[in-house]
Order: sequence, then C-alpha cells, then structure tokens
Amino acid sequence: MSVRVGVVVFPGSNCDRDTAWALGLAGAEPVELWHESADLGGVAAIVLPGGFAYGDYLRAGVIARFSPVMRAVAGFAAAGGLVLGICNGFQVLAEAGLVPGALLRNRGLRFVCREVAIAPERLDTPFTRLVGERRPLRMPVAHGEGAYYADPATLAALERDGRVLFRYVAPDGTPALDPDDRANPNGSLRGIAGVTNAAGNVAGLMPHPERAAEALLGSADGLPILRSLVAAAGERAAGAFVVTGRRVLAGDGGVEGGRR
Amino acid sequence: MSTPEGAPGARPAASFRFAVNVTPREGILDPQGRAVEQSLPHLGVAGVGHVRVGRRVELTVDAADLPAARAVVDHLAAALLSNPLIEQFDVEVLGAASSTATAGVAR
Repeated sequence: MSVRVGVVVFPGSNCDRDTAWALGLAGAEPVELWHESADLGGVAAIVLPGGFAYGDYLRAGVIARFSPVMRAVAGFAAAGGLVLGICNGFQVLAEAGLVPGALLRNRGLRFVCREVAIAPERLDTPFTRLVGERRPLRMPVAHGEGAYYADPATLAALERDGRVLFRYVAPDGTPALDPDDRANPNGSLRGIAGVTNAAGNVAGLMPHPERAAEALLGSADGLPILRSLVAAAGERAAGAFVVTGRRVLAGDGGVEGGRR
Repeated sequence: MSTPEGAPGARPAASFRFAVNVTPREGILDPQGRAVEQSLPHLGVAGVGHVRVGRRVELTVDAADLPAARAVVDHLAAALLSNPLIEQFDVEVLGAASSTATAGVAR
C-alpha cells in the first residue's frame, strides 16, 4: 500500500504536476488537494508546490494563506502532520506563520532561475533522513522573492535549535553565509535555504527538489528529500494504524480508524 | 459584518474611505528603494536619500461609525495588507460619505 501524499493546487500553482510526478518516483501515491476544499482526503503528508498562488498579488503567499485548504493544512500541521512547502509553498507557509521568517524580494531584484547547491544541516529530520550525508545537493531555484529574513532573535533561535534545514553552499560545500556571497542566489540571511517549525514537522525550502528528481533532468539530488518525506509519512501512517488497532482492542471507540 | 437589508437598528449607517500605506520596516533591506536611489544620478538629482518603496491600498468600509470602520481597516492592515515581520503600515481616513454604495468609485 503506497503512501498517499497530498499536493495542494492553488490557482496559479505551476509545479503541482511536477511535484506529483516526483512524489510518484519517490514511492508515494500523489493526491491533488484543491484550494477551495478543506477535505484533505486522509493523506499522510502534504506538499505545497511552487508557482504563483493567486498571482502572488499583494505579497507572495499571503492570499493563499486564507484559503479553505490552508485552514485544514494548519490543523493538520498542528496535529503533527508532515508538511513540506517548496518555493511558493514555502512563501505560503511563512505567510501563514507555520514556519518562521519571511521571504523578501531577491537582493539583486532579479528573478533568479538557475541551479544552486544546498546542503542539509541535519540528516535526522523527516525531510532529510534519506539524504545520507551532508553534501551539496544540486537543484534549481526559480523565484523573485526568496531572500530569507528573520529578526536576529529568531535567527539565533533557529541556529541554536537546529531548525535551519538547508543552507546555500558553494560547490565545495562551503556555506554561503554572507547574503552577498556568489553562492547565495537571493541574499538570504545566514545563507538559509530552508527551515523547519519548532516541532520539526513542517518545513519549507526555496529550491525545487521535484525539478531534480531524475538524472535525465541533470540532477537527481532532490529525490532523497522527497523519499525522506514519503518514508517518514509512511511510518507515521503505519504507526497511527497500530495505535488505532490497540485502542480498538482496548474498547476505546472514537479513534480515527480506517486511515487507509 | 453586514446584516440583511431591512434589519432594523444594525444596518451600516455610512461608508468610509481609507488608504493603507505599507512600507518596509526600518532595517529591512529594500532593494527596490535602493534601485530607485541609485537611478537618481542619472536624473542629475543630488541630495535625495533613504528611498523606501511600499504600496498603498485604498478601500471603502461600510460601518455604523468611523471608529467601527477604522477597526476593520486596522485588522485588515495587520492581518492581510502588511506582514508585521517585515512591513509597517499607517492608515489615512480619506473621507466619509452618507450611506451610499458608490463612495468607492469617487476618485
């Protein structure tokens, strides 16, 4: 039984099909989740894909934040569900306050569309557990508002608590901590390319792992990130099933049975 | 916020026109403002600095009175029109009109 992973589709999402395809390569059964529906269809994890949700009007991600599906996603995340936001999805998560910080206009003002290298700071998260080692991962970025910003206290807390998930790095793996570093494509503070929430179950990153999921496309370095998510989601779904079974045996009704 | 037509007592008494000005917070890098600033020498203009580029949103609110309308605008400005992490806002009252639905097109 494959793991069902939801891919949210907003008006203006344009990486939803690629994301669903790459999740399939990672072993999941992708499920499209329409923005106007609060029904998450019993998925085991959710990905917010890239694009320009609601035209990126006002600020990237802010209008999507108030959609029915995002209210459901917030509840899913609060209950410990795994959520990954990619690019525009990261912007939506940040606007919704589900991950800390904000994504500002790129320091160079240009829309940046090129391959970058990022390195995982941690290998024990649901998003990086199958990456294997701390090495540069090559994958594209494509965004106009990707400069990670958080106030100094938040940055210090992120560093202290190990919540920086990915950093932009030079090809040799040196972190691009300086916003003006050549390997830092957008002026992100501390070279931050991805972060997690405090509980560690919600993550966002600007680069596109789904666009680097097959060697034919130039890099398959993004696939382990998606495989990590699928594996972690599968374990959680199975765990929930076992717990449900015990509760049923103990005569405790009212559990979320039939979880597929 | 709105009540059915004809419901006595609670109907909005007036329309109020507002502007919300949103700008980057102090200390937040504003690359647009910097780009504008760097263009000034091309115009032969000197002595202009600290350029900050933001956005202005104008809106009409139907409410019982100005404080009630203002409360709606303050809420929208903080929750939707600005991101308090990176932006600040101020609210201007542009005017009040008696209960007409056309106040929003008066420009």
